[in-house]
This record gives sequence, structure tokens and C-alpha cells, in this order.
Amino acid sequence: MEFMDSARLRALQSERFREVVKRVYEKVPHYRQKLDAAGVKPADIKGIEDITRLPFTSKDDLRETYPFGMFAVPMQDVVRIHASSGTTGRSTVVGYTRADVATWAEVMARTLAAGGTHAGDFVQNSYGYGLFTGGLGAHYGAELIGASVIPTSGGQTRRQLQIMQDFGTTVLCCTPSYALVIGEEGKEMGVNFADLPLHVGFFGAEPWSQSMRQEIEAALQCHALDIYGLSEIIGPGVGFECLEKSGLHVNEDHFYPEIINPETGEPAPDGQLGELVFTAFTKEALPLLRYRTRDISRIIAEQCLCGRTIRRVQRVTGRTDDMLIIRGVNVFPSQIEEILMRVEGTTPNYLLVVDRKPRGLDELEVQVEVSEQVFSDEMSKLEALSERIRTEIDSTLGLRVAVRLVEPKSIERSAGKAKRVIDRRDLGQ
Amino acid sequence: MTAVQISVFLENKSGRLAEVMRALAVAGVNIRALSLAETIDYGVLRLIVDKPGAAKQALSDSGFTVSETEVIAVAMPDRPGGLASIVDLLTKSGLNIEYLYAFVGQRGENAIVVFRIEDVQAAVAALKKGGAHILSAEELGAI
Repeated sequence: MEFMDSARLRALQSERFREVVKRVYEKVPHYRQKLDAAGVKPADIKGIEDITRLPFTSKDDLRETYPFGMFAVPMQDVVRIHASSGTTGRSTVVGYTRADVATWAEVMARTLAAGGTHAGDFVQNSYGYGLFTGGLGAHYGAELIGASVIPTSGGQTRRQLQIMQDFGTTVLCCTPSYALVIGEEGKEMGVNFADLPLHVGFFGAEPWSQSMRQEIEAALQCHALDIYGLSEIIGPGVGFECLEKSGLHVNEDHFYPEIINPETGEPAPDGQLGELVFTAFTKEALPLLRYRTRDISRIIAEQCLCGRTIRRVQRVTGRTDDMLIIRGVNVFPSQIEEILMRVEGTTPNYLLVVDRKPRGLDELEVQVEVSEQVFSDEMSKLEALSERIRTEIDSTLGLRVAVRLVEPKSIERSAGKAKRVIDRRDLGQ
Repeated sequence: MTAVQISVFLENKSGRLAEVMRALAVAGVNIRALSLAETIDYGVLRLIVDKPGAAKQALSDSGFTVSETEVIAVAMPDRPGGLASIVDLLTKSGLNIEYLYAFVGQRGENAIVVFRIEDVQAAVAALKKGGAHILSAEELGAI
């Protein structure tokens, strides 16, 4: 499937797309209303190229129909229910039929196989088991491959490390931040990861960066691969990296990706950054059309060196909620982070402050903490550093910004997630 | 034959300099000389102290960005033309001075100039050849 001829893949997508539109129109009243309101009838849909005629689906649709209102099958066909944590409102509930569980295992098996997982591997699955889709998603995929699954779930890091050594874990599944915790704790315990048979790790459920990949690979002495998924579409297994580590292949025979301009909803050309949108053709219990993920990515149209024909998307570099529009230029904090990484060679702590000057122009100030690596006792070198950052941002984003060097720890840190943006433009209005 | 200067990154915010001084006082560090260079947003504080190691540790622990910089301290007669003769030695050897600052020793006979020069080895050689009195770290700490 992953190596299928592109024309045949398009034909398959068109067929599945026509079928899913017809199915949701018949089975999901909420979709019938939405399609009627948009003036689209299933018979109007000839092929995948008609996808832009359909309205989007968002988290709000799922909230309005909470908990099961968007399900397209009777509840007796639903064999599994998962739910999101609901940190941004009421939790999102998703359901699976027996066939959906099989599809999920299939796409996760592809994911794990692309990183070199085989029957005979020991897969330590440290994703949380429970309402969260990470644990069971990775579990079923690994079992389908025929690997021996060790369902450690998250936490109890020392025990995880003991099992890793005693059982000879060869594959690790967890969040990238937990991989670093395992690396740190292991170092303290005197574990020599180079001596362990661990050869690959599949890290997802939170955004991470290239520099974090290097850190994890150095700490755990294994390949660190990114995986992508969201429970609304299926969970982990929507997209995966192969060992080329250059973008995530989308299992697009099941999940059709689009990139849109988050402001206008217009499709973005291949290669342009925008919001990732998915249509789940084959899902039985919860087939969503054009679901807006709020994740920022771009489509990589060129074929990957690994030979897979399914398209790739760039690793998710941010959320539409974080996007800033400064003098008409879309800016994502992650882009600034990439530039700082390029200039400084490490990822410094930084803060973006947006302000509107009395005459109406928006100004972006990039505050960068001065670490010991980049600090110099010579003013000229510090000035040169901020000038390099300024120039690099200007040439990459086409945006003139102010750069201010600040003392370490002057930028507020919250537990886990640093606050990256202060927008002062709307104050007092 | 070189000395250690403690360099500290400081934002232009009220109270930061006082915090540096407090941290050094608590660590029992005595300041021999200092100089502050500044821009609109930030400054770099350069210190010569009696215990550089303890000073760096104390400031790092207080959350400052600190580095140790190799500098050259030269003692010279405290009279007109004193500094000119030393600077001449460096200029004639084609050495570029990044920055310098001076202070007068407690006994008042000698002035001490701290030089920051990229090529420390060449500078030390040129100064020695010209007969300048370069202070060792111990001498500097004992002033």
C-alpha cells in the first residue's frame, strides 16, 4: 500500500471518498445538516478533487454532539471508546468498530515496521494506557507485527530501565520528553545505553524538534523517529517517519491530508506552511470529513528516498493557536526557534513580544536569553550576535524585528511548557 | 602571567548591579577593580576580584550568565606618559586592544591597567620584551 502506484492510489482515494461522503450523509444527521447548508449532495462528489467543496469539521462539531452524536454506526457496533483529556474544554470522545481497531493496528504496524521493527523485537510501550489513544494504539500495532509487547505504560522510570536491561528491550514507544527522562535517569543509574540492544524509538503525542532528536539519539543510542496522530482521526498511526527521517509519511489510503490557510480556509499549494486537515475515509464509527487539526505543517510532494509513494508532511512545527500575524506576515514561534537554533547552535529560551505602536504598526521583539555558550565579555560580539539573529529572521521570514538580549531565567517558565508569546496589541480594547 | 577577569551579562534593569554586589559580598569576595560597558538594553560588567573561582560560582548560583576572561594586568608608574609607553609596546607589535580599564593601587605609587587582547601570548611577550611589569594573579589578588 505504501509503495502503490500514485495514479492507483488517487483512484482508490476517490472511490473511498465518494463512499464516505455518502455514508456520513445517510448516517450522521449533523453531517447531513452541514452538507445541506453547504449545498453539497453526495451525488455531486465525483472524486477526491471535489474535496474542497465540503465544509470543514472542527472540535466544536464534536463538542456540540458530545458524546456520541457524530458516530456513524449504532453503539452495539462500537467495541472501543477513547477520549481526549479535555484540557481545552469538554473532552472529545471517539469510537471504534472492530474493523476500525483492525485498521488502527494495520497503520501502527506500518509505522513500527518503517523504523525496522520485526517479529522477535521486544517493544517496550511506555505510552499511557487508558482513555489516551497512545498506549493501546502502539500495543495493537506491535502485536500485529508479531513483536513481544511489554506494556509498561508511563511512569516508574527506574522500573522501566530495569525491564529495559533485563528483558533486552529493542524498541521503545513513548513521548519524546519521557525519552529524555529515561535517558537522564538511566545515566544516573549508570546504564550504558550503547551496550543495550535498543535500536529504535517511536516518539509522538507532543511536538518536538530536530535538536531534541539529536539529544535523544545521543542519550539512548538508538534511532529516534517521529510519529503523528490524533484521536479524532484514529490515534497514533496517521503519519510516521521512515529511517530517512525527513518528514512523516501519511497513511493516505485511510487519512487524506490537506494543507489550508488557517485564516481563509483556502487550500495552500504544496510546500507552503498551513493548517493540517484530515479526512478519514475508512473509519466506520467516526468518519470525519476535513477535520481541522490546528497543527501547522506543509506537504512534501517529492518522493522520499525510501521509495514509499504515499506523501509526506513536515513534522508539526506549531499550532494555529500560536500563529502571529505581524504586518501581514504569518509567524509561528517554531520558525523563530529554528532560526535561533541555526544562529546559536543550541535552542535558547526565547520570548516573542508583539506590540502596536501609536501610529498603528505592529512590532515584534524577539527576546533571547544569553546563555554561557554565546556570552562574550566583548560588546562587539554580543552586538554581532543580535545582528545575526535580526538578519536571519529578516531573510527567512521577510520581517524586520527587534532583538533584545536578556538574562537567563528572566523569561517565565511554566511547568513543562514555556510561554513563548506575549501579545500586547489588544490590551485595553 | 595572565589574570582572570570575571565578566557578567546584565540587563538594564534596576537593582541588577546591586544583586551582583550582594552575591559577591555573601561569598566573601573582594572587588579590586571593575568596569561596566553598556548598550540601551544590556551591559557587561567586568570585575577583577581576589577570589575569581568563588566569584564565578556565587554569580552562577544566583542565576547570572558569567564567564572567565583571560586578561593582562600591567603595573606602571603613576605619572604622565605611563600608559602611553605601555600602549606603544602593544601597538608596535601590531596587537589590537579590545578594551582596557585602569585603577590606582592602594599604596598609590603604581597605576594598574587591565588589557583585554585577543592574542594573549603575543601581548605578554611584547610587554615583557619592552620591560613592562606584568602582575601575576597572586600579585593582583594581594593589591
